[in-house]
Amino acid sequence: MLKIQNLHASVEGEEILKGINLEINPGEVHAIMGPNGSGKSTLASVIAGNEDFEVTQGDIIFEKANISELSPEERAHRGIFLSFQYPVEIPGVSVTNFIKTSINQVRKARGEKDMPANEMLKKIREKSALLDMDRKFLSRSLNEGFSGGEKKRNEIFQMAMLEPKLAILDETDSGLDIDALRIVSDGVNRLKTKDNATLVITHYQRLLDYVVPDVVHVLLDGKIVKSGDKELAKELEERGYDWLKAEQVNA
Amino acid sequence: MKLKDKLMSSYLAFEEQVDIDHDIHQVRDEAIKFFETTGFPTKKLEAWKYTSLNSILKEDYSIFPKKEDAIDYKDIKKYLIHDIDTYTIVFVDGIYSSHLSRTTHDKLDACLMSSALNKPKYKPVVDKYFNKIAPKESMVALNTAFANEGAYIRIPKNVAAEKPIQILNFSTGNESALMIQPRNLIIAEEGAQVQIIERHQSLTENPVLTNSVTEVFVEKNANVDYYKIQNDKTSASLIDNTYIKQSRDSVCSMHTFSFGGKITRNNLNFYQHGENINSILKGVTILEGKQHVDHNTLVHHTQPNCESHQDYKGIFSDKSVGVFNGNVYVDRIAQKTDAFQSNNNIIIDDTATCNSKPQLEIFADDVKCSHGCTIGQLDNEALYYLRSRGIPKKEARALLMFAFANNVLDSVKIPEIKKRITKQIALKLGVELGFNL
Repeated sequence: MLKIQNLHASVEGEEILKGINLEINPGEVHAIMGPNGSGKSTLASVIAGNEDFEVTQGDIIFEKANISELSPEERAHRGIFLSFQYPVEIPGVSVTNFIKTSINQVRKARGEKDMPANEMLKKIREKSALLDMDRKFLSRSLNEGFSGGEKKRNEIFQMAMLEPKLAILDETDSGLDIDALRIVSDGVNRLKTKDNATLVITHYQRLLDYVVPDVVHVLLDGKIVKSGDKELAKELEERGYDWLKAEQVNA
Repeated sequence: MKLKDKLMSSYLAFEEQVDIDHDIHQVRDEAIKFFETTGFPTKKLEAWKYTSLNSILKEDYSIFPKKEDAIDYKDIKKYLIHDIDTYTIVFVDGIYSSHLSRTTHDKLDACLMSSALNKPKYKPVVDKYFNKIAPKESMVALNTAFANEGAYIRIPKNVAAEKPIQILNFSTGNESALMIQPRNLIIAEEGAQVQIIERHQSLTENPVLTNSVTEVFVEKNANVDYYKIQNDKTSASLIDNTYIKQSRDSVCSMHTFSFGGKITRNNLNFYQHGENINSILKGVTILEGKQHVDHNTLVHHTQPNCESHQDYKGIFSDKSVGVFNGNVYVDRIAQKTDAFQSNNNIIIDDTATCNSKPQLEIFADDVKCSHGCTIGQLDNEALYYLRSRGIPKKEARALLMFAFANNVLDSVKIPEIKKRITKQIALKLGVELGFNL
């Protein structure tokens, strides 16, 4: 589904990603772990098409098409979704109107008609219930005055509404208490099918107890230095990253 | 002839038409003398630092237009809030148009300034209110000197006006250039309630300069809800001087929607005289081309336990210019004042200009006063966020601007106005999103 080949990316002239190779197949959950500043969020942004980052080398292939040059909206139209680490507050646009606009713009780009109002309403009800969201919440301005947990839940709500093929969760777990973490990961798990894939980016092994990865990658200084199964996450939790850094130096 | 000289000689001609033995004439005389000494405001004055009238003062304006007007209801319908029942007071080229108006004396007065000034039965009211709060400033004095026509509205004690009152000033282009000076007096007596909609609209490409003065008295426990719709042609300029005096327990809100015109200057002063007063000032300004809008506001808190809320938003593209100069004075005895002021602006093109100048003078020590002004571009991060959800760049930009401006409309109480302004904002910003925010 997603194939990243020798990806180099920089921001303001500074190279952050230094040759990433990554392949994700339908139905898989991948986790990317790594210390602060290793390039995790940059990787998420580059896949989603954030124009602040410049791809200097390599390709991002999504469903056999090279998407490296596509705009963020075009990538969304193809089924890529990024759950933001810091969702942006937008006063004056309600959660409901935002998601309606988003869904209908995606449909328009795919040559489909607007979703009928009653179908939209039903879907909004269903998916907000999945994430245990209050009705009142939906008429509030997007992310304005939301708590950290509410913002993350709202991200997963949008994911549920948009039903992406590839969902990238950028530090969706950080700052969540255990109840919010359960609701969020429960939501993510229920959205999993054999046809879609999830890329989880996290600091902490804790989330991976709930959203169980098939593959765990370790990102250090812009490169994936080790990949393994879920046991690797536990090892990182116990030993930290220094042993991997040492391995790097020795190699 | 220079406009000032023309006005001075026109004043002599004007005196021949009016009763010079009337008390009001003394007021006019003093005013013209004041104007003669001060002349038009220039950028040398701090309050006019960012707005020059030079480009509009060079026209050869007619001061007294010809009487004949030939406009029909169908010509002006779109400028009216016509889908609800209202009283309307319509002026064409500064002259009252009876066939386009629907005035009343039933329970309340919604009629003409010329009657109020000239009929003996109104004398006590005129003596009490006319020219009592308009400050000594040259544009105000100029209006006072020629004060003769405009809207006169009086809502008696404990009367709630059942329908909104629209004041409309049209200019037709009968003259090659026209200057009009409407003078309005609005009184909401104790416990009275009224909604007012005011609009100045040119129907011609010929230059029009309107110098309007409105005095509003909001007596004890009264409620005035006022809307100004400014969406004029780029050949028309407006100097709007509105002064509002509020007594205890009263509420007055003013919404100013500025979407068009060549130069628009809004002088809007609220004077609070009593406790527990609430003053609300809101504005949305969306400009393009070379349009210029200057909001100069003042709220003077003179007594304890009062509130004021100012919220002005601006979006400026092309070579347009926006000015916000917001003044808040809190007297020493006005403890527990809650004064809020915010002015946020988005500059779309590098060629557009915005000047925002909050000015707070607080002499009381137990108050809550906050202000914030921002001038910036659209938030790139917000744009990226919307785009990452599949909303294309153009739509995302429009949506963000729409949301930014639309936020001010929450406090609009007349649904037809809200609908109309929302539509106008969407139109100005090219938004076609198919839902109401």
